[in-house]
Amino acid sequence: MTSQYTPETIARLYRSLYFIRHYEERVAAIYPSDKIKSPVHLSIGQEFISVGVCDVLRPDDAVSGTYRGHAAYLAKGGDPAAMMAEMYGKATGSAAGRGGSMHLIDTKANVLGASAVVGTTIPIAAGYALALKRQKTDRVIVAFFGDGASEEGCFYETLNFAALHKLPILFVCENNFYAIHEPQSKRWATDRFCERVATFGIDARKITSGDLFEVRDTAAELVDKLRRGEGPALIECHAYRWREHVGPNEDYDQGYRPRTEMEPWEARDEVPRIAALLPEAERAAIEAEAQAAIDAAVAFAEQSPFPAAEELYRHVFA
Amino acid sequence: MSSPNAATRQLRYVDALAEAVSQEMARDESVFVFGLDVDDHKAIQGSTRGLLERFGPERIFTTPLSEDAMTGVAIGAAMAGMRPIHVHIRMDFLLLCMNQLVNMAAKAHYMYGGAVKVPMVARSMIGKSWGQGAQHSQGLHSMFMHVPGLKVVAPSNAYDAKGCMIAAIRDDNPVIFMEHRLLYPTEAPVPEAPYTVEFGRARRMLEGGDITVVGVSNMAIECLRAAELLREVDVGVDLIDPITLVPLDIDTIVDSVARTRRLLVVDNSWINCGASAEITSQVSERLGGSGPLQIRRMGFAPTTCPTTPALEQHFYPNPSTIAEAAYAMARPNGSPWRPDPEHARLAYQAQFKGPF
Ligand SMILES: Cc1ncc(C[n+]2csc(CCOP(=O)(O)OP(=O)(O)O)c2C)c(N)n1
Repeated sequence: MTSQYTPETIARLYRSLYFIRHYEERVAAIYPSDKIKSPVHLSIGQEFISVGVCDVLRPDDAVSGTYRGHAAYLAKGGDPAAMMAEMYGKATGSAAGRGGSMHLIDTKANVLGASAVVGTTIPIAAGYALALKRQKTDRVIVAFFGDGASEEGCFYETLNFAALHKLPILFVCENNFYAIHEPQSKRWATDRFCERVATFGIDARKITSGDLFEVRDTAAELVDKLRRGEGPALIECHAYRWREHVGPNEDYDQGYRPRTEMEPWEARDEVPRIAALLPEAERAAIEAEAQAAIDAAVAFAEQSPFPAAEELYRHVFA
Repeated sequence: MSSPNAATRQLRYVDALAEAVSQEMARDESVFVFGLDVDDHKAIQGSTRGLLERFGPERIFTTPLSEDAMTGVAIGAAMAGMRPIHVHIRMDFLLLCMNQLVNMAAKAHYMYGGAVKVPMVARSMIGKSWGQGAQHSQGLHSMFMHVPGLKVVAPSNAYDAKGCMIAAIRDDNPVIFMEHRLLYPTEAPVPEAPYTVEFGRARRMLEGGDITVVGVSNMAIECLRAAELLREVDVGVDLIDPITLVPLDIDTIVDSVARTRRLLVVDNSWINCGASAEITSQVSERLGGSGPLQIRRMGFAPTTCPTTPALEQHFYPNPSTIAEAAYAMARPNGSPWRPDPEHARLAYQAQFKGPF
């Protein structure tokens, strides 16, 4: 599949992938200093999904994410400095210090806000899709969510509605097999997820390879269909959460999942794999540029002021 | 009101909850525990610790992320004679259960003419700090207080946590059981043998003649700390923890206010249409016209909870702001007083050890 990719596309994908990975590594490194007082749910190991999907979107398309939303936010072009400032609780943050890591938003980049209540953003994304359709655009929206979120009633209610109205929405389920510490086997009667979704008349694809290019190809095909008004589609994408559910650490010593489960994912980590497809000098330039942008985001967050006390009462009503 | 004797051991709130459930599960086969993550290694911050090992996965199990349906499951099981305890790691998630709780659980006994009972407990924890923010820190008790048929319980210490939990499990009605994250590590003397804390009986935590202060949930503890600060300026606080909001022991509060003529209600939630509105209006209905009455309420700022500590610190009442407000009421002609920040800090850190 790689062969059909131009060097420019590979470089672009790598830039996004490397940036998100290292941005989150930096967050993990800062976290113990107490400067970030916000529960962070890192997407390390799962970034390839957001990167692959968002690469086929236009700037005017939208994404909706979850509290584990750093990757979707950044891959869609959300402002990394505003995001860091938000996690620091600064006035310059993406939500002016009100939202923290779990409620990132960037209206310029068409990143819809995220929610800490699992599943709640899925119907909202469908409502957004309804508007896009009514407004007679060919814009689309992608709703990212976890396997756990698929257990909420509103997910199925949304599938039905979206299919009924042929809404331009791509559902992307990042199946990392766990909801907090509970494995899928304790939550799903069967793993025939895509089959369940397909009964709504929705084109549902399953990707188990962890391959960024397969994600991108699939997303490209389905987004094209969305733009043509053929109705919603879904990708269930297997991935693995390398770190603990919330926080910067690994937690394999806690006994709920073995590290051996993660190792095949680590072995086929997309970051070095895509890096190897690039000429050395280009790779190094991309990495240096990314590190500089991360440094700049941190410096921006560090130097920004905290909101003043009166700010507490702003934005209660519009 | 039962009182623990001084010789009983200190127990943490979180362990008191686990012990209560464990003892009831041992006593009554029909008690079972379910809800997201109740059986994982974190065990809802430890509050369900040991139950899986002791009672097995049929009686304590996780669920899919399906709170609405799972509440219906609890109701159905309760109607069939079981005593389910449905656990939510945050109170905010009860909003997904609202329809089942309000339209079904609260009403079943009445609308079926007493033919069925719904003896279930919905456990939920209020969060605070570390950027918990808008959707992980709400105290939603007043929404449930509004609806006949639901009991609402908010113990502020380990002793009441155990006694209320046992009472809730044995109660034949749906009980909304409200916990607070910051209370979990606090210790109090807790007897080993099972006991109940009767619903509808408030606890006078301190006796004092200048002002009646009512603190709900964690705010009872913040008020205790505030009272400590007020001692420095000789303001005596009659501190009352209602423990249960439905049924509400308004008599104890009214008796106190009849003496002090001053009432400050500090809620662990917003003020509008909240528990504090209910308490103060019941008191004014009873005492209005019988002499001067000063009434004030404190609670969350009328905003959504922000994540940044810079704003969050202004969102909640704290021992210092509570003490300041109480002082202003108790000494209306004195010059304004504000607790020494260093003393306030120490009071804030003090571990709760009773008294009852
Ligand atoms: C409605 C609701 N129920 C429970 C929770 C607690 N909770 C937070 S994250 C999470 C796991 C969700 O798993 P999944 O959707 O698979 O996403 P992942 O964290 O794996 O990305 C749970 C149960 C919540 N936030 N909201």
